[in-house]
Amino acid sequence: MFYREAGQFKTSYAADSAKFPIRQDLVAIWIYLAIGFLVIPVFGDKYFIEVIMIPFLVLALAAIGLNILVGYTGQISLGTGGFMGVGAYSCYKMATYFPDMNIIVLILLSGFFAAIVGVIFGLPSLRIKGFYLVVTTLAAQFFLEWAFIRIPWLYNYNDTGAINEITRESFGYIITGAQSDYTVKYLVVLSIVVGMTWIASNLISGRIGRSWMMIRDMDIAAELMGVRPLYAKLSAFAVSSFYCGVAGSMMVFFWQGSAEVEIFDYNRSFQILFMVILGGLGSLLGSFLGAAIIFILPIIIRAAPDYGIPIQAATADHISLIIIGVLIVVFLILEPLGLARLWGIIKQKLRVWPFPY
Amino acid sequence: MMKKLLMGAAALALAGSLNTTVNIAGASAEDTLYVPSLSYRTGPFAGNGIPFADGFADYFNMLNERDGGIGGARIIVEECETGYKADKGVECYEATKGKGALAYNPLSTGITLQLVPKAPVDKIPVFSMGYGLSAVAIGEKFPYGFAYPASYWSQMSSILKYIDSNGGIKGKKIGFIYLDAGYGKEPIPLLEKLAPEMGFEWVGFPVGVKEMQNQSATWLNVRKERPDWMIMWGWGAMNPTAVKEAAKIRFPMDKFIGNWWAGAHADLESVGETGKGYLAANFSGIGTDFPALQDVIKHVVEPGKSQVESVEKVGNVLYNRGLFNAVMMAEAIRVAQEHTGKTVITGEDMRWGLENFKLTEARLKELGLEGFTSPVIASCKDHEGGGAVFIQQWTGSDWERISDPIPPMVEQVRPLLEEAAESYTSEAADWQTQTCS
Repeated sequence: MFYREAGQFKTSYAADSAKFPIRQDLVAIWIYLAIGFLVIPVFGDKYFIEVIMIPFLVLALAAIGLNILVGYTGQISLGTGGFMGVGAYSCYKMATYFPDMNIIVLILLSGFFAAIVGVIFGLPSLRIKGFYLVVTTLAAQFFLEWAFIRIPWLYNYNDTGAINEITRESFGYIITGAQSDYTVKYLVVLSIVVGMTWIASNLISGRIGRSWMMIRDMDIAAELMGVRPLYAKLSAFAVSSFYCGVAGSMMVFFWQGSAEVEIFDYNRSFQILFMVILGGLGSLLGSFLGAAIIFILPIIIRAAPDYGIPIQAATADHISLIIIGVLIVVFLILEPLGLARLWGIIKQKLRVWPFPY
Repeated sequence: MMKKLLMGAAALALAGSLNTTVNIAGASAEDTLYVPSLSYRTGPFAGNGIPFADGFADYFNMLNERDGGIGGARIIVEECETGYKADKGVECYEATKGKGALAYNPLSTGITLQLVPKAPVDKIPVFSMGYGLSAVAIGEKFPYGFAYPASYWSQMSSILKYIDSNGGIKGKKIGFIYLDAGYGKEPIPLLEKLAPEMGFEWVGFPVGVKEMQNQSATWLNVRKERPDWMIMWGWGAMNPTAVKEAAKIRFPMDKFIGNWWAGAHADLESVGETGKGYLAANFSGIGTDFPALQDVIKHVVEPGKSQVESVEKVGNVLYNRGLFNAVMMAEAIRVAQEHTGKTVITGEDMRWGLENFKLTEARLKELGLEGFTSPVIASCKDHEGGGAVFIQQWTGSDWERISDPIPPMVEQVRPLLEEAAESYTSEAADWQTQTCS
């Protein structure tokens, strides 16, 4: 009923291998995009856009980055926060050196710095895997944090030891800093995230993505079939770090304004990893769902006193921590493939409803 | 089907809940004054955040109970939990600013740094009482930033003066142990400037946030360097750890001075006798021997309207500091009400109030806080108010005030602050400044 596929015939190979083979899915995607690009900018107020939508999109992009590495290539990383920081600090440096360059270009360029650093710290993955790789990426995280604190050049020798807010215009609108126009800022973030998600989905279904998945499923077999682990693993680290770097610089320039190094600490790495696990390993949709549940759920719970539920602010915070913790445990046990898999099951049921077989 | 329905219901609930947030944010009640409190009762710094938030809320509630608010308007203190995290702090700020927030007191340097650029845009002052960006002391450059009663740099200069008056500072070696974050690094430019002028040598000992509770390596270095005095810029679990480690290397406790965030009951109670003699700077009175505090106990704590754990916690260092923050806020509100003739004031009126309140000795006495702190005189130019710190000493079970107020070295500090304000604002395009008469 909800998915009536009668009459949808595929007459070419292109149609058969389309990204959304079912017409209803395609329509749904266009509706979501319309909501994102038209409805929210028009009707969303500043709070909804600045506190919920922009952070959600930024974190979702970081989750996609980590998902490429963990979900598609099977290389577990705890260095996400550090790689995001590389993007942010390199973007800050470039923005001070080239004040007239468009900040959006700089944000995309900052991804390349993160990619280089990611490749360097990805080198050990050629020798080690599993827990040992976790430890080396955690080392990367600590090293990068150390660098952000101890190399004053990175934050332009500010007395505060933090990235100070900078104001930049683009297309005639102020898009970074406190005076920025939040709607334009949101549209920029949304465009970058949608564009990069589209690129990621094509990368994944293409040759490179397939080599990643072969490495993930069985590296020896992949090697025997001609996939070179060096290229596959390092390209995964590069692409993943690129995404994280872009997310990190967007986090500073479009979300936080100014940033102390704490926002890139290992807690950030864990937060993104939980998004990936809860959302679904190896699923782009899962990255968005995971980001939504980890980031937005606590905000809703913490707003409880606003709808007349008489709890203290700190209690609400404890409750949200408990709920998120329980959710992670429950998902790991009951649905290790995450929310994306859950959605897949629902969709399958809907397709055959009301005559399940 | 069932799942779809449930999902739909959840989505609706979600949409509905977002709507209510917006509605509440849009509504502003009459004859109430809304004061958001960005507190942290969770996370690694909760031990320090809780007493501060209690003191802050209790003073306002006392005014509500005793006087019916300020100028006839009741004060609503709403807490928003930040966990000392900058991103959560900004979230709290965005969620509460639409409710008619008068000023923000985030009690976190990280959050303050985020809010300082937002303040002029939203026209809500950020009152970072003795923390945050030292440069906001320059009122011309930061119309919406306030750091009463003193900035970190002023405080450091007072501490150096104390050392100078206790055996001289010339030719001495000063060790500076600090939390390796924006907060801890803040006073370094001042040390660099004053070291040649006052003729002392200084060595820095950074303590990473993750190594707060594991400082043995740091203190081995201290032993190697043999400083004559130690100054600490610490917060949370770093403070008791440092005092314990200092005791372990037999560093003389009466030569070890913490700043005003490294000298609370919460810090030293776990150390106990070991920390006897340890010194710390402070600017808010200790104990409950003030009529205002007695009123707080009578009207708020005893009837059970406070979140404070027990009556004994009232009057400890951070509780009183939170209370002092509320006192200055209340004074600014009162002054702004008199100036505008309105009962319900806005963030902009509050800004005027924060630039014009005068907490003189006489006024402190009226408030029932005689001798609680040194006078704080607000002005347009000077957003730190020239407050003086005093030195207190840990007796093994309680803090005891041991010095007179030590005013900061304004002539040396002020040019540095101006320089810092200049460099901060030059980076931001179209920074809003003001001219003071």
